[in-house]
Amino acid sequence: MIAPGAAQGIRTETARAAAGTAVSFNILQQARQLVYDALGIAVAIVMLFPIYWMVATAFKPGQDILRLDPKWFPNPITLQNFQDAIARPFFLDDVKNSLIIVGVMLVLALAISFFAAVGTARFGFRGRTAYLVMIIAVQMVPLNALIIPLYLMLDGVGQTDTLAGVIAVYLAVVLPFMVWTLRGFVANIPPELEESAMIDGCTRFGAFIRITFPLIGPGLVATAIFGFIQAWNEYIVAYVLLSSPENQTLTVWLASFTTNHGPEWGPLMAAATLTGLPVVAFFLILQRYLAGGLTAGAVKG
Amino acid sequence: MGVAITAPELEPVSRRPGPLRTALFPYALIAPSILMIAGILAFPLAMLIWLSLQHYGLKELIQHSGEWVGLQNYQAIIADPLFHQVILRSLIFTFTCVGLTLVFSTLIALLLLKVRQLVRVIVMSSLVFVWATPVIVSVDIWQWMFDYEFGVINYLLTQLHVGNFIHHNWFDNPVQGLAVLVIVVVWGAIPFVTITLFAGLLQVPSDVLDAAQVDGASAWHTFWFVTAPMLKPIFLIVICLSTIWDFGVFNQIYVMLNQRPSSDYFTIAIYSYRESFGVTQYGLGAAIAVIMVIILVFVTFFYVRETVKVAEIA
Repeated sequence: MIAPGAAQGIRTETARAAAGTAVSFNILQQARQLVYDALGIAVAIVMLFPIYWMVATAFKPGQDILRLDPKWFPNPITLQNFQDAIARPFFLDDVKNSLIIVGVMLVLALAISFFAAVGTARFGFRGRTAYLVMIIAVQMVPLNALIIPLYLMLDGVGQTDTLAGVIAVYLAVVLPFMVWTLRGFVANIPPELEESAMIDGCTRFGAFIRITFPLIGPGLVATAIFGFIQAWNEYIVAYVLLSSPENQTLTVWLASFTTNHGPEWGPLMAAATLTGLPVVAFFLILQRYLAGGLTAGAVKG
Repeated sequence: MGVAITAPELEPVSRRPGPLRTALFPYALIAPSILMIAGILAFPLAMLIWLSLQHYGLKELIQHSGEWVGLQNYQAIIADPLFHQVILRSLIFTFTCVGLTLVFSTLIALLLLKVRQLVRVIVMSSLVFVWATPVIVSVDIWQWMFDYEFGVINYLLTQLHVGNFIHHNWFDNPVQGLAVLVIVVVWGAIPFVTITLFAGLLQVPSDVLDAAQVDGASAWHTFWFVTAPMLKPIFLIVICLSTIWDFGVFNQIYVMLNQRPSSDYFTIAIYSYRESFGVTQYGLGAAIAVIMVIILVFVTFFYVRETVKVAEIA
């Protein structure tokens, strides 16, 4: 066993030795940090460049787009491409269709998934685990494989080329994910909060409305945004089910942009920017909601 | 003893009998979701299998009823050399995409642990922007970047003396074209996988990593023998999800090739689509889709098992 004093001695010895190399060690560490940071910035640039290039192209006048040596920054800036894109046939129709489909679908999906989330998070019942496993498994059913029977099924009841058919399909597609996510939010709110409200004289329903519901608010927003993004971005179902251009959605319109008119890169990039804009905006909101455990600490103390 | 006395007083609160406490109530709550999922996902899945056993062409589409042919569709597909190519192409495409996504995402996630806070925020924001970009939008962007005439990629490659890429059409050669599509898919997949892996990495206790370092493990050994095993469930979930998405790839290829890809670009989902909606052989298309589902069922099984384990719902 080494006496404490001896250990002290050894320690000062190494410290003295280390002090000599400390300066060069520090520089080495700083250099390494610099390399890491530079790599990080490089990753960000590579990832972001395509998006930057879309936006930059959208704001460039035509002669600046079709150049063999590209102009890296849009100068002068023009809104002509956006005006061209919006003036294209069916753009506004298809924006309207996308909004109707997503809006109606979300209202229904929120109600249905909220019931199911409360049912599975607040109650124990036979078949609960089976239901949850089904919810996870069904998210993995590839929609691309179901497109044939979905088309024939909706064709049989005269619901192809109608928004209702697409709404029904999107509803079923987003439900499993929304139920699963909302269930997490409901389960994270301790029942003790409701129970203490009931001790203070609330009815069970009153406790639910006053205590639990406001706390689930962020969860509802988050799942609604997820549903919005999935439905807004969906392509193949809308493409197969909706045949007439005035009934189509924005993604279908965007995908057929090149085919119908040849590549007009300026207006195409402007249209792509407009299509992506609401999704990016919602995504940034979502980040904030997902960032923190919102009710963490609600019961402590 | 004190606990035993106070507990019965609290019990009745949570067991208070009320109208909501009937045995059927939870079933009523989940019923609408079950109805929707059964009607729009489960029933079509059953219908898909049934369709795959029928001859279902344009005539049958108008009559709304097919003609039973047993396993003939499957026999036709298995004898079809194009189908063998398609399966092989889909597998190679999936393997390449999942592999590259995983390697890049792991490296970026590990890098995120090392960079300073500001850089981390910048990288994370860039990932979120890419994640948020709709697939169709991203396909349009890459189409423009890889344009044979004015594409920025051809310009850059020529300037960097990689070769003469002026007026180089990437889609003349299917191998090059598919390589471009791999880039599109991997670029779009990296954010989700990186952010998921990074969240997992943050949960690895630092004292375990310190201990490995004290024991003299190299960075690579620490990752391979300490970090990776701890992240195994997350890796498995991410691999399963990526495999399912990439094996069923449709949008990127179909839209990139202006909605009329040549058979050199057929993956299984596009082949199924073409057989059914292109040449109105819905039975054959359904049989191809069934084969796709069967291949994915194995992957799905692993995914569900791992997710159930991680979520601890059982």
